Amino acid sequence: MSTASIPLPNWINYGLIPLLNLIVAFLISGFVVWLIGESPLAALSLLIEGAFGSGEGIGFTLYYATSFIFTGLSVAVAIHAGLFNIGSEGQAYIGGLGCALVALALDNYVPWYVTMPVAIVGAGIFGAAWAFIPAFLQAKRGSHIVITTIMFNYIAAALMVYLLVHVLIVPGKMAPETRTFLEGGQLPKLDWLMTMFGVKLGAAPFNVSFIVALFAAWFVWILIWRTKLGFEMRTLGVSSTAADYAGIPYARIVIIAMLLSGALAGMMALNPVMGSSARLQVEFVGGAGFVGIAVSLMGRNHPLGIILAAILFGTLYQGGDWISFEMPNITREMILVIQGLVILFAGALEYMFRPAMVHIYQQFKPA
Amino acid sequence: MDYYDIFINVLSSTVRLSIPLIFTALAGLFSERAGVFDIGLEGKMLGSAFAAACVAYLTGSAWLGLGAGILCSVALSLVHGFASITNRGNQIVSGVAINFFIAGITIVLGQAWFGQGGRTPQLAPEARFAPIILPGADAVRDIPIVGPLYASVISGNNILTYLAFLAVPFSWWVLYRTRFGLRMRAVGENPGAVDTAGISVAWLRYRAVMCAGILCGFSGTYLAIAQSAAFIKDMSAGKGYIALAALVFAKWKPVPVMFACLLFGFLDALANFMQGKQVPLVGEVPVQVFQALPYILTCILLAGFIGVAIPPKAGGVPYTKER
Repeated sequence: MSTASIPLPNWINYGLIPLLNLIVAFLISGFVVWLIGESPLAALSLLIEGAFGSGEGIGFTLYYATSFIFTGLSVAVAIHAGLFNIGSEGQAYIGGLGCALVALALDNYVPWYVTMPVAIVGAGIFGAAWAFIPAFLQAKRGSHIVITTIMFNYIAAALMVYLLVHVLIVPGKMAPETRTFLEGGQLPKLDWLMTMFGVKLGAAPFNVSFIVALFAAWFVWILIWRTKLGFEMRTLGVSSTAADYAGIPYARIVIIAMLLSGALAGMMALNPVMGSSARLQVEFVGGAGFVGIAVSLMGRNHPLGIILAAILFGTLYQGGDWISFEMPNITREMILVIQGLVILFAGALEYMFRPAMVHIYQQFKPA
Repeated sequence: MDYYDIFINVLSSTVRLSIPLIFTALAGLFSERAGVFDIGLEGKMLGSAFAAACVAYLTGSAWLGLGAGILCSVALSLVHGFASITNRGNQIVSGVAINFFIAGITIVLGQAWFGQGGRTPQLAPEARFAPIILPGADAVRDIPIVGPLYASVISGNNILTYLAFLAVPFSWWVLYRTRFGLRMRAVGENPGAVDTAGISVAWLRYRAVMCAGILCGFSGTYLAIAQSAAFIKDMSAGKGYIALAALVFAKWKPVPVMFACLLFGFLDALANFMQGKQVPLVGEVPVQVFQALPYILTCILLAGFIGVAIPPKAGGVPYTKER
């Protein structure tokens, strides 16, 4: 019997192995820091200090985490249906358009709590629409979803630059961005939530979309594990031949899964566009779509895991900013290094430690 | 400027912009023909550009720079191989990881070593691949039609440009006329059959990804020390993905790869040239249209509207020996 098929208890599969992968990724990142001539331990303590040392730090950490929960869920929903959606970045970008159009149309007339649901729908629909074409091509024409979603990221980037430079720009201004939304288009910050825990939010843009993100995670959990559609998606994800045999319609499930994935990615725009900058800017997604890949892999495609992984990456982003501020030798891009290593070890080398784990487990397991 | 001059101008920048695409797309060709998807082309290209620029700056030798570029890119290929061949991990995930890692590490190390915001210092002329003036280029320049074509498009390129155009028939020869090429293509279509014949699937795939690494090393080196005179952060700017698009567009065949890359290079050159210029009847064409065009064309192709692009059958699937 091969080591791959020996069952391991859940706490090893979903706890120990991901933790081990994460530790290796961090050790190598520490090596890079050492190579630059800085102390890895000092960097680590700065990271934690930056992310959790102040109310403002925590606020920023959770602000970043909010975006990553959305994109992580987006990637995970697709993965459950056996689809690797690399296009969350583009879908979030286009989702921002939907979100901004709603905010621009309504901010003058209604308060934020009326704008927000409409903006969620707008962002979701635009994100889903951007995912629809690759989904359709995969389902009906057999084109590879990975390639098409990558292409659509670039098409989205070109389209959005065009729109922001030529269409949505404020006349007479140089910066390619929309006008600033009025109060009716801005999401309120979660000061009260932070005050409950006795910390001050400061300038951090931690806002209501965090709660929306938690709802989205809950919704995804219900969808994947408690509905017929979710069951069909998971079946398709495990084996498309089995799904076909069971009479599950391949094309329909692929398209629905990608629409949901795109909608979740699109909703991510709520956080930076309406929650933070109150306008649509070039490249506002800033790689969050790709972080979603790491978050989803790290969180083992489970909403709870995704929330935890998103907070981990939020910590990295905020703490990384702090490190680059305190240690000018280490630039912000160190985050990308860690992220790459996490994706490598938690994703591609996921099973590297498994044989060893099986070996150790068999030595100690109660007979 | 008269029309022929414009034409020559666009043509020569087409050649310049196509070279990194040709090398990278050929790299993808080797890897994917052996059944290993390679999203990490972008990262390998960027990594080798950084390595090449660093070594060329430190040693003052363009050739050592090329060596370093190739070494770096092959090392990354081996990581990709280790993850996707030995550990049977997800090839896409591995490629994405490499892209992230390189996008970060080049800037982190560049800033730590040179302190210029992630770029390397400007290279001296002797540390770069200089243009080669072919014999008689100046003499024929004044001959109408052929003269400028020879003097400005064919002559005056650096050695890597000529190597790129040689790499195309060479890749064709390796793939279709050598035993290695035959087995490599077989391993991308039906690894089980190759295994049955007693040939190691893993070793073949490792050699294929190493070929990809070598070719990516050339493209990165070209970017950093032939086309430019330094490494600039994110200088590959999505060219790895364009090369991937070209590979799909060329249906995984070497000679069409060259033409697809030339086409995409031409679109790029045209975009640069058309910026701010009026087209009769249409008006100013936004530069973004040209930028998006390769991706749109590739999607249309993938949808089967302009012929069918069938990837190697075993692409993306790790091989598990049956027990």
